[in-house]
Amino acid sequence: MPNNDALRLYKTAHIDKALDDPNTAHLTISHNKVISSQSLPGLNVIPKEIKDGVDIKIVLEEGVVIKNPVHMCFGMLKQEGIQRIILDIDIKPKASIFIIAHCIFPNAVKVQHLMNGKIKVGEHASYTYLEKHIHADSGGVEVVPKARVMLSDYARFKTDFELLQGRVGKIEIDYETICLAHSVMEMTSKINGSGDDIIKIKESGLLEGEGARGVLTSRVALRQNARAEIFNKLVATAPFTRGHVDCKEIVQDKAIASAIPIVEVRDPKAHITHEAAIGSVDSKQLQTLMSRGLSEEDAVELIIQGLLS
Amino acid sequence: MSVLSLKNISLTLSDKKILHNINLEFLPGKIHALVGPNGAGKSSLAFTIMGLEGYRKFEGDIIFKGESLKDKSIDQRANLGITLAWQEPARYEGLTISSFLEAAYSPEKGFKPEEALLKSGLQPDLYLKRAVDKTLSGGERKKIELASILAMMPQVVLLDEPDSGIDVESLDRIFDAIKILKKRGSTVILITHSLKVLEHAEDAFLLCCGHLMEKGSSHSMCRYFKGKCMPCDHQNVPEAADAK
Repeated sequence: MPNNDALRLYKTAHIDKALDDPNTAHLTISHNKVISSQSLPGLNVIPKEIKDGVDIKIVLEEGVVIKNPVHMCFGMLKQEGIQRIILDIDIKPKASIFIIAHCIFPNAVKVQHLMNGKIKVGEHASYTYLEKHIHADSGGVEVVPKARVMLSDYARFKTDFELLQGRVGKIEIDYETICLAHSVMEMTSKINGSGDDIIKIKESGLLEGEGARGVLTSRVALRQNARAEIFNKLVATAPFTRGHVDCKEIVQDKAIASAIPIVEVRDPKAHITHEAAIGSVDSKQLQTLMSRGLSEEDAVELIIQGLLS
Repeated sequence: MSVLSLKNISLTLSDKKILHNINLEFLPGKIHALVGPNGAGKSSLAFTIMGLEGYRKFEGDIIFKGESLKDKSIDQRANLGITLAWQEPARYEGLTISSFLEAAYSPEKGFKPEEALLKSGLQPDLYLKRAVDKTLSGGERKKIELASILAMMPQVVLLDEPDSGIDVESLDRIFDAIKILKKRGSTVILITHSLKVLEHAEDAFLLCCGHLMEKGSSHSMCRYFKGKCMPCDHQNVPEAADAK
């Protein structure tokens, strides 16, 4: 039976009902305590409490397909503290899983959420990971997620990082994925920054195996004095690799954004493209909505909502 | 009694005079057409009426239901009852068609988003959850633009090249939507190059090189499409018109 902390985290993430389902696996961590968990056959989740967080080993056995999304709550209801999450994920060949991580810091004033992940996706396996953050409106959170991902032949990896509710505070994403033959990687970040938020995104993909494919996508909206630096890098070293880097940032008020897309091709049969757009809201989009009666402010809000949806 | 009057409208962009003393009256519930060759100033006139960025500093006045629009912003003009559909409508990453139509929807006057979409020739089940983005064809995007106008149901609608990018079959749906607007009392101003579109208007105004050359029934204006830029004798050479 989950305790009060768990229930509050579930409710904040709107997952309290989903977790009543006995066929839905979950793991809830409040600060450095494991307060609730449920596993499924073929899915081994082994959490170990450490001084300021939890060390988690997840193994999905070969050929096991988990149908419902697995919910992981990494939250802290306290105003101050450090939460360190160490993740070691091993998705065995032909297995498939979708994990939704709810990172909830609704009362944060001075909180650090540090995640260090090592992920291996086996041959013909599929791993989808959605990380959704809910922060306080004061933005007193520092989020530092790091992950090193290895995709075996024909593996699929898709990750989405969303920070759309509450203030960002400071965030520094650092993901690197190595893609072997015919594997597919998609990494997407969507962040809404305001106040004096600081956003740094560093995502890189190494397309090392023949026919590997990768897409790095960033969508950032900045207001007031927020700042963002996006560093996306795709390197193709094998024939028939395909990749695309796509960065869009909407900047308003005194916010500052920079984007550095790097594409590097070391094989004449590889093909990588990139596009980056930074600036204010598109004038035609804005004027179209205004010509339907929306105020400029409401029109901008709707455009940003769409971009980050 | 006109719903919209243009009084001596002149517009200069980048030191070039685009519109010259245009005087026009648009009547309530009527379908008007603005015709003329490329560069005649048709779209510029529509953008000036809507008050788009870069088209706000003009000479003369625009009177809508007795009120000057001169100092009104785009949304103020829209809330008074004027809107514009672009020749190439904007695309929005992630914004759903449902949200786009809801943004325009006027519960007192307009069609609900589902109905508006259906009347524009698109199945709500297939489209409402899709994004107004580059995955839509040009024709689909035009129909969604029209649906948003049916959801808004303004008093004056400026439709810039409503047939561009539309296949023949879909064109009839566009005309159906224009008829609905008229039936509901809206004034429709069609900006067009197309004889087929002109035939749906009740009267027309011929512009050339920023000058209003002729007004009359749409039938009388059809001869413009028969080969020449008439009644001008410069055959669509703007400099020649300026020199006159």
